Formats: sequence, structure tokens, C-alpha cells
Amino acid sequence: MVLYSLTFYLFSSVAVLSALMVISAKNPVHSVLFLILSFVNASGLFVLLGAEFLAMILVVVYVGAVAVLFLFVVMMLDINFVKLREGFLQYLPFGALLGIVLVIELGILFLTDRSSNIYNNQTPLQPIVNEVENTKMIGQILYTEYFYLFQICGIILLVAMIGSITLTLRDKGGVKRQNIDSQNTVDASKAIEKKKIKIGEGI
Amino acid sequence: MTYDILITGLIIIAQILAVVVPVLISVAFLVYAERKVLALIQLRRGPNIVGPFGILQSFADALKLITKENIIPSGSNKIVFILAPIITMVLSLAGWAVIPFAPGWVVSDINVGIMYLFAVSSLGVYGIIMAGWASNSQYPFLGALRSAAQMVSYEVSIGFVIITVLLCVGSLNLSKIVLAQQTVWFAIPLLPMFIIFFISALAETNRLPFDLPEDESTLVAGFFTEYSSASFVLFFLGEYASMILMSSMTVILFLGGWLPPFDVYPLNVVPGVIWFTVKVIFILFLFIWVRGTFPRYRYDQLMRLGWKVFLPFSLFWVVATSGFLVYFDMLPN
Repeated sequence: MVLYSLTFYLFSSVAVLSALMVISAKNPVHSVLFLILSFVNASGLFVLLGAEFLAMILVVVYVGAVAVLFLFVVMMLDINFVKLREGFLQYLPFGALLGIVLVIELGILFLTDRSSNIYNNQTPLQPIVNEVENTKMIGQILYTEYFYLFQICGIILLVAMIGSITLTLRDKGGVKRQNIDSQNTVDASKAIEKKKIKIGEGI
Repeated sequence: MTYDILITGLIIIAQILAVVVPVLISVAFLVYAERKVLALIQLRRGPNIVGPFGILQSFADALKLITKENIIPSGSNKIVFILAPIITMVLSLAGWAVIPFAPGWVVSDINVGIMYLFAVSSLGVYGIIMAGWASNSQYPFLGALRSAAQMVSYEVSIGFVIITVLLCVGSLNLSKIVLAQQTVWFAIPLLPMFIIFFISALAETNRLPFDLPEDESTLVAGFFTEYSSASFVLFFLGEYASMILMSSMTVILFLGGWLPPFDVYPLNVVPGVIWFTVKVIFILFLFIWVRGTFPRYRYDQLMRLGWKVFLPFSLFWVVATSGFLVYFDMLPN
């Protein structure tokens, strides 16, 4: 299928190029926009793999929520990114080391485990069409076999949420708060007070 | 081989045109209908000069706007400034790919249709936030920030509403969601969710009473203050197209899509696409009616409604619905 190969190369090349632009763009807002482009292309690759649920979740969670907040922060904060970049080259050896380790690991994965059934499937560029929707398949395995791991993930998220709330919640004195119920129950007898004012005196 | 690809490509393009062109035309008439309905609410005449009953008014307006000069502010970030309206427009049209207008009348009948719609509508915020930032001016920037916070907040409750519906359907496919409503439309058993979804749809499309991103009394025109001519037209079209898209989403989730209200003789011979259109028009009328009736929310009230009222309530309904379905053994398989 030529069309599938073409779309695969389109998505993957745009994803890689935009990932490169994320780290090389001068303007931080442009970096975030390229990051979003990269996410969207990654989700396109998921669709080609037949993992449509993962693809949509990637767009909803990372692009629709996380990246919006990223963009929000980058736009609001006045960070001098040129200054941050000054020591860029001194981190190069460390970054290069990480990259090389990753490439070696990927290489080992490809070279050794060819006998496992993942690689026996030699038509990778076509979506695998199953009888069962893969949303259902994920649900069936996530809530049975990996149930405890799933619950632990939930607890970790809860802890992170409570932590971030306690870090940012400060009860400053003197803040006037609005009580919606008391506002809605106000009537004329509570809100208006009649006073006789003597001329020349005021209240 | 090559001919096959060519023919498939041509069919795809024809399908896209068959959806996009009617959507754009209905946007033009929606703008006219909105002005006319608002005029009637306010005891005015509304547009009545161009064409019979002023029906060609929107086409005249579009022509006027497009022929004006397109001004790009010198301080703006030009590429992002131009991209923003394009993204808004494209996203509001992209969602139509999965909308089933009648049995089988759908460009792409994918398994995760509702997730796709949710994803596309959550991307809509980028057009606004990019426009606000790229304009490099205070009012658009404030509008963009307001919109980012607002759309992210209301997406959460929309997500929970969708989950409640999906619990009753057992599939993410939009056609299956419609077919699951053959006995009863979900608007009846899930009435509170229907109302929450409608109000969140108002917030998601930045319509009154939640149009704080463009709030003309405090922010001039909000995020599109600096836009003119064709780029303004794109924002305008995008807003109305996404309004129609959200209405169709409401119809599919709660009002039985193309299904007739009762499966009896004179009603079930009417083609599905007509039922679908009638229902979408009804929801759009509600959008306009709300605009003509309610004052604009204050921003803190808007946030309070989203996070402190809708979110707990919709979460409660997810738990209640799933509990009900499990207890009475009515879960779809």
C-alpha cells in the first residue's frame, strides 16, 4: 500500500523535523508550537499502527491540555532564554552520551529479539484490523491483569495533585471572598437602609 | 495501481467537498438567522435590504470584508499571526469528518469518533491563544489568556458528560451512539447531563454568556482585535462552523442524531438527514436565544461554575449512571 507508506514517511519526517525545531527555535513560544506539531504527528503514527484510542488520547491529553498550559506559562513568564542558552555547549557531552546510549539500546532491541512475535509480523505499514475495537482491548487488559498497577497510577496522581495544591494554597489574610448563596438571598429589606439625614451634617 | 490511488483520492476530495461546502453555506445562513432572531428579540427589523428579506446579507458582508485591506501589525509575530485564523478555520471544519448525517452518510466512520471530536474541539483553543500572543498587543493577549483557562476548564466537564453517554452505549463510534438511542433519546434519562453539555458547549465555542475572550465592553474585540479583512473572516467563519459542529455533537449524543422522535409511519419515512438538520437547527436556535436573553458572566463566576458546580456534578453522575447500569445489569456489552 503506497498510500500508507507515504503517510508514514510524511508523519515521521515532520515529527522528527519539528522535534529538531523544538530545541533549535530561538523563540520559546515557537518551540512549544513545534512541540505540539510533533505530538500531533506522533498521534498520526499511532493511527497508522491501528492504535486509534492511544492516538486520540495523545491529542486530548498532551496537545489539548498539557501543551496549552506549557504555552500559557511560556507566554506569561518573561524568561530570558538567550541567557539560559549561554551554557548550552557545556551540556553537549552529557546530552550526546544520553543519545548514544538510547541509540545503542534501540539497536540491541532490533538486532537480537527477532524471533519474538512482534517482528514476525512483516507488514508493519498497515493498520492491524481486529474484530474487537482496541479501546475495548485496552479496557479488558487494563482492568483485569494490570488492575493493581492501574490503581497505583491513580494514587500517584492523587498524591501529586494534593502536593501541588498544598504547595500553592496560601491563606492570605484580608482577602474578601464572595458568598454566592448569601448574595442570592439578598432582598430589599437587607440591602437598603433608610436614614433621615439632617441638612448640613451628613451621615 | 496508480489509477486506483487517483480514483480513491478523487473520491476522498469529493466527499470532503460534499461536507465542507454545505457547512460553509449554512454558516452564512446561520449568521443571517442569528441577526434576524436577535432583531426579533429586540423588536427591530434586522437585515432586510440585500436580497429578499435580506437573505443575502452575509454574502454581501463576506464580500465586503474580503475586499478590504489585510493589515498585519508591524510588531506582530507574522507567521503565527497568519497561522492562527487558518488553524481556527481548519479545526472547525476537521471535526465534520466523523459526523454521521444519516445511516452511512459519514466521511470516515472511525471507531473512536467521539474521542476524535473531543480532541478536535480541545485543539480549538490554539487558534485563539496564538492569535492573542502573535498580535503583540494587550487586549488580544488578555483575551487569549481568558480563553485558554476557560476552554480547558469546560473541557473537563464535557469529558465527563461524554463518559456518561458512552457508559450507556458501549462504543465510541458515533453511528453506534445514535443507534443506541432507538428506544429512547439520551436527553430524557440523562437530562441533567444534556443541560451541562449544552452550557459547556456555549463556553467551549466562546458564545454568550461566556464570550469573555472577545468581551467587547472590556477588551475591544478580545483575541481578534488586531485582525482585519480575510483573516477576520476566517475567525468569524471558524466560530460559527464550530458552533454548528458542537450542535451536531449535542444532537448525536443526546437527541438521537438522524432518528425520528417516534418510530411510526409518517415520521419514519422522512429521510434521516432532514431529522438531523431539524435538530441541529433547534440547538442553534437555543444558542441564539441564550445570546439574546442572558447577560455576560463575570470571569470568576465563569470559573466557579465550571470547577465548583459542573465538575463535581458531572463526576457524581458518572458514578451514579455506572452504579445504576451495574445494579440493574443493563451494561451494554
